[in-house]
Amino acid sequence: MDIQYNEAELAFRDEVRAFVAEKLPKEISDKVKSSEHVSPEDMITWQRALYEKGWLAINWPEKHGGPGWSPIQKHIFEEETAEAGAPRILPFGLNMVAPVIIKFGTQEQKDYYLPRILKSEDWWAQGYSEPGAGSDLASLKCRAERDGDHYIVNGQKTWTTLGQHANMIFVLVRTDTTVKKQEGISFLLVDMENTPGVTVRPLITLDGAHEVNEVFFDNVKVPVENLVGEENKGWTCAKYLLTFERTGIAGVGISKAALEHLKQIARNEQAEGKPLIEHPRVAERLVELELELMAVEMTNLRVVSAAEAGGVPGAESSFLKVMGTEVRQKISDLYRELAGPYALPFPDLDVGEDAFGPEFSASASSTYFNLRKLSIFGGSNEIQKNIISKAILGL
Amino acid sequence: MDFSYSDEQRMLKDMVDRVVADQYSFEQREKIIKSDTGYSPEVWSQFAELGLLAVPFSEAAGGFNGGGAELMVVAEGFGRGLVVEPYLSTVVLAGTFLDAALGDDAKADALEPIISGEQKYALACYEPNGRYDPFWIETTAKKDGDSYVLSGKKAVVLGGDSADRLLVIARSSGDNPGKNGLSAFLVDGNADGVSRDGYTTFDGHRAAEIVLDNVKVGADALVGEEGGAAAPLQYALDRGIIALCAEAAGAMEVACDLTLDYIKERKQFGVPIGSFQALQHRMVDMRISLEKVRSLALWAACSLDAPDAERRQRLAAAKAMVSKAGRHVAEEAIQLFGGMGMMDESSISHYAKRIVLIDHYLGDGNYHTDRLIDLLVEENAAA
Repeated sequence: MDIQYNEAELAFRDEVRAFVAEKLPKEISDKVKSSEHVSPEDMITWQRALYEKGWLAINWPEKHGGPGWSPIQKHIFEEETAEAGAPRILPFGLNMVAPVIIKFGTQEQKDYYLPRILKSEDWWAQGYSEPGAGSDLASLKCRAERDGDHYIVNGQKTWTTLGQHANMIFVLVRTDTTVKKQEGISFLLVDMENTPGVTVRPLITLDGAHEVNEVFFDNVKVPVENLVGEENKGWTCAKYLLTFERTGIAGVGISKAALEHLKQIARNEQAEGKPLIEHPRVAERLVELELELMAVEMTNLRVVSAAEAGGVPGAESSFLKVMGTEVRQKISDLYRELAGPYALPFPDLDVGEDAFGPEFSASASSTYFNLRKLSIFGGSNEIQKNIISKAILGL
Repeated sequence: MDFSYSDEQRMLKDMVDRVVADQYSFEQREKIIKSDTGYSPEVWSQFAELGLLAVPFSEAAGGFNGGGAELMVVAEGFGRGLVVEPYLSTVVLAGTFLDAALGDDAKADALEPIISGEQKYALACYEPNGRYDPFWIETTAKKDGDSYVLSGKKAVVLGGDSADRLLVIARSSGDNPGKNGLSAFLVDGNADGVSRDGYTTFDGHRAAEIVLDNVKVGADALVGEEGGAAAPLQYALDRGIIALCAEAAGAMEVACDLTLDYIKERKQFGVPIGSFQALQHRMVDMRISLEKVRSLALWAACSLDAPDAERRQRLAAAKAMVSKAGRHVAEEAIQLFGGMGMMDESSISHYAKRIVLIDHYLGDGNYHTDRLIDLLVEENAAA
């Protein structure tokens, strides 16, 4: 048993660090570290740098442009980039639709879409949830009817993250209403830009942000060659996507960076004549979060190490999702508390830096409220517990 | 990075699991706890034959040179079986202290009686006024010609009721609080001036309140350097914390398994109660708490040789997590068992007691959270 990185792993970590130091612009990492708004351009800048290095599609097979890394290497990469304040990689193209295309798509689909995803030429959105289909995703109603060489899509998708920037969307649609709900679903790729009938409307969340959208399909004509896998087998694609490479799901690197940010704030901000960090309750909260985060970090490493030894992380990723999101939310809770009275001014998203109070406080309440989403999306934490109950505990 | 056991570690685990399965059924354990000694001389000599009493000692001391991982493997097995043998007191605390404090020749002699199973030792360190602070020592060691005279009180000395010899930590100079001036003496458990008031603990172990009233010992009773006990004491306590955290992980694992079995079998309203989502999610939360303890116990066990601040952080984190997550599992286990969880005849209640009370050995969650705060303060001063 050896929990330390070996020499090759340390060398790899140094290589990642050197690359990040050279290629990640400071103005971007500063924004990420202080939870400020990161623009689509910032995300694309970072993705292009990774693409040029061949490090963008870390979960893809080598023949399609993946770097051929082991689970430990992927973990090191994710941790190091997150701790350094790299923006998150948009998952919708790279880690959601691409694995499905690689597994179930035609040669033409692979040849066309995969290089475009690698080069960030398409911005993908996810069309899964509907107003009536959240945790019970298979009850989705968005309809696709075959009409010659096309499907005619009618219906609505919702919670479409960053859909306002997207030109492509993968959607789960109902192609058979007469069978069991899981058996009448298909997986379609829709060009949002060039297909009439697609409307994106913003949904403003409680933090004032425009991050999610609803997408309406009104007699949208989608060519049949945009079907991935077989008709009515879309649920297989959807499930595959949910189990694909989820060891990064704990988000330990992001939480570490966020906790480090809080420590800095606590050192720099004064209250009643002394730094916040010297207030006993603040110190206690900080170490309690550190303790929780250490537990997630080591649990994550245990799963990564098992994957390295050939194990396939299945429902273990549900543990990691619950543990990782809980600690990240608790960190954001302390962030809001550290802001004190200056958690109150509602941020003017257009003004940004001219916030009231100390600079760090501008994003505190936004971050806290925004991150309530973590335990809701990607399979709510209650759904994760149902999965663990069934798959691991046999209940 | 590779978290799997080596072949030797797997063999050690199998060996411990086998002896626990053979010797520590619920009924056997109850008998041992209610016996005069509170441990089983037969089991103890079996431990000696199997080499378990030599696991954490250096080769020079006649040991297996086991590190934190090996100690973890043994203690986890003991935790699964709720073993009440005086392993922590004799081997982990007193034994590793001697290993750390003495030179090569002396340590082999000193540890022989422990490794062979002939004698049991107890570390008489903590005091009534020190609570969990091992360095708060009011017991005095006064030089008297070639001898020392020891006087003071020792609180909740694990295994102190039956130990053949006591490893007494006393202050030969310096003031509280202070690590300097602490010395260690090996004292016969029945020496003149030693009075021991033994009792059974809430979790089935044995301990004693010990009074040292002008106990006169020769210079040969001094272990290591006069005034130099703090470092070997820390060495021993670090290993004690690893053993306790691993034991907690083992006991929590069984508590989770027993509870899971129970909610699958127990029927109410015509169905197994495990079919209710309210209980399923609580069961999942118990498993999450178990994983947290497993992870931090493992991290601590592999950090004995890490740089000072990291070692201290991981040990304190593991013990603090045992306090929090352990209590959670114990309370939920009792709740999910319902009335049966309250019964002395149910093994789950004994697991719950051990898991909760492990918090009260070698510093509880509050104590170790304070140690994490110490580190935060040091980090802040350096930043």
